[in-house]
Amino acid sequence: MTREATFFSRGRALPVAGVVLALLAGWYLAALLGNWNGAADALARAGAAPDVRGIAAATMAQERPVVPAPHQVVSELWRSIVGMPLGSKRSLLTHAWVTLSATLAGFAIGSLLGIALAIAIVHLRSVEASLMPWIVASQTVPILAVAPIIIVALGAAGLTGLLPKAVIAAYLCFFPVTVGMVKGLNAPDRIQRDLMRTYSASRGQILARLRWPAALPYLFASLKIAVAASLVGTIVAELPTGAQAGLGARLLAGSYYGQTIQIWAALFAAAALSALLVQGIGLAEAATARALGARPAASAPRSAR
Amino acid sequence: MTHRAARIGLLTPAALIGGTALAIAAHRPGLAGTAGPGFWLAAILAWLAATLAARDLAALEPGTATGRRLVRLAVPLLFGALVLVLWEVVVVGAGVPAVLMPPPSAVVARFATALPVLGADFVQTCLKSALPGYLIGCLSGLGVAILADRLPVLGRGLLPVANVASALPIVGIAPIMVMWFGFDWPSKAAVVAVMTFFPMLVQAGAGLAATGSIERDLMRTYAAGYWRTLLSLRLPMALPFLFTALKVNATLALIGAIVAEFFGTPIVGMGFRISIEAARLSLDMVWAEIALAALAGSAFYGLIALAERAATGWHPSVRTG
Repeated sequence: MTREATFFSRGRALPVAGVVLALLAGWYLAALLGNWNGAADALARAGAAPDVRGIAAATMAQERPVVPAPHQVVSELWRSIVGMPLGSKRSLLTHAWVTLSATLAGFAIGSLLGIALAIAIVHLRSVEASLMPWIVASQTVPILAVAPIIIVALGAAGLTGLLPKAVIAAYLCFFPVTVGMVKGLNAPDRIQRDLMRTYSASRGQILARLRWPAALPYLFASLKIAVAASLVGTIVAELPTGAQAGLGARLLAGSYYGQTIQIWAALFAAAALSALLVQGIGLAEAATARALGARPAASAPRSAR
Repeated sequence: MTHRAARIGLLTPAALIGGTALAIAAHRPGLAGTAGPGFWLAAILAWLAATLAARDLAALEPGTATGRRLVRLAVPLLFGALVLVLWEVVVVGAGVPAVLMPPPSAVVARFATALPVLGADFVQTCLKSALPGYLIGCLSGLGVAILADRLPVLGRGLLPVANVASALPIVGIAPIMVMWFGFDWPSKAAVVAVMTFFPMLVQAGAGLAATGSIERDLMRTYAAGYWRTLLSLRLPMALPFLFTALKVNATLALIGAIVAEFFGTPIVGMGFRISIEAARLSLDMVWAEIALAALAGSAFYGLIALAERAATGWHPSVRTG
C-alpha cells in the first residue's frame, strides 16, 4: 500500500506511461518495417498494384507476420481466452492452467525445501560446510537446459504429467529461498540472541520467536524471485518432449507451424502470469506484515542476492 | 581435540577406501543388479563413516590460514565424492537401467570418447552463441543505465519497466528470435543479449545510485564534470553491483544459448545434442553434455569471480571474505 503511494508521489506514473507508449510505437514501427517485404510480395502475387499505403496497411494484417502488430496479438489473446470454451485444447486459459498448476506445485516443493535447508544450514555447521559450496555451485550449472532429460528420465520411470515439471521448477526455486533464508535467519543481532538465551530459550524457541519473524522480509523477497524462476522452469520443461499442453508446448507448436501470433500471445500470457504470481506474493507479504503488526515503512531488502 | 583428530584420521580413509572398493565391487558380474543385503549394509556403513568424518572435519578449527582453507575445501569435496560414489553404487548395484540413470563411470567414459563432438558443441554454444550475446547484453544494459542516469525522466520511466521485465520468462522469445535471425548462432546470441540486458540494467541502475552525496560533493569541489565523476567515482563505486549482474548473467547466458537451440539449430550445439540424444535415450551422452555445461558454467562464473576479486579488492565483502 505504501509502495503504491511512493510510486505515484515520486512522479513515476507519467514517465512509465511514456516509456510504455514509446515501446508500443517502436513495436508498431518494427511491425511495419519487419513485414514490409512480406506484405509487398503478397500484394504483388495477388496481382494488386503495390502502392505504399496499401503495403503499409497490409503489414498490420498479415496471416503469419514476421512481427505481429500489437492489436493482432491482443485480438488473438481475446479470441483464445474469451472466445474458446474452457477446457478446449485451443483455449489459452487451459494451457495457462496446466503451466500454473505445475508452477505452483514446484514452487511449494522448492520453497519448503529451501526453507528446510536454510534452517539446517543455520543450525548445523557440518551441513553448512558440506552443502553450501555445492548449493552455490548448483546454480552455475545451467540446469534449465537439462530440463528435457529430467523429463525423459522421469517419463521412462513412469512419471509423467505434472510432477516432472514441478521437480524442475522446484530445483530452480530452492536456491534463492535457501540463500535468502540463511541471510534472514542470521539477521537477528548477537545481542538479541543473547537475550533469548538469558530467558533460557531452547534453539527451537529461538527459531520460532526470534529468527523466523526476523527472516520474514527476506523470505518474501526471495519468494518473489523463486516464483518467477519456477514459472520459467515449468515453461522450459514443457518445451522439448512433445508436451501436449501448457504455455511452453504452445510456444513450441507455434514455432513449428510458423504461427507467430500464437507465439506472441503465449508469451504475453506467460508474462501476465508471472506478473500476477509476483503480485500475489507481494499481497501475501503485506497481509503477513499487517497480521504481525509491523509498521508500514519496514525496510525490506530489495533482493535476496 | 586429539580424540577428534584420531576419528578423522580413521574415518576419512575408511570412507574413501570403502566407497571406492564398493564402487568397483558393484561392477563384478555376480553383483551388478543383484546386490544382496550384505552389500547394501556395507554401502550404508561407508556412507555413515563419510558423514561422521565430514561432521568432525567441519568442526575443526586449524590455527593457520592454509589449514582453514584446506578444511573449507576438504569438506565439500568429501561430500561430492560421497554423492558420486553412492550414485555409482546404487545405480550399478541395484541394476537401474542405463536409460533411466547412467552411472558416473559410464558418463566419464563417454565424455572421454566423445571429446571431438563435445568440443564442437562447446565452440558453437558457448563461444559463438553465449559469449557475443553476453557481451552485447551486458554492454547495452550498462549503456542504457548510464543514459537513464543522464536523463532522469527516462530513468524514472525505464527502471520500473526493467524491474518487471527482469521477472518475465524471457527465454520464451527464443522461437521469435529463431524466426528472425535464422537457425545459426545469431539467433541464440540475440536471445542471450535480451536475457542478460535486464539484470545488467537493474544492477547498473542501483550501482550508479550507490554513490554518497559527500563523495559527489567532493568531486564537484574538484570542478569535475559529469563524465569525469562517472569515470573516476561512480563507475568504480558501482563495480560490486556490475559484478553481481555479470555473475547472474554468466549462468543466464548459457541457459539462453542452450534453450534457444531447442527451437532449431544447425546440427551442432549443446542444446541440439541434448535434445536428440535424449530422444534416442542415450543418456550417457546427455549427461556428458550436462557435465560439460556444468564445467563451462562454473569456469565462466569462476573467471568473473576472480576478476571481481581483482577489481574490487577495496570492498568490505571481498576484504573480510
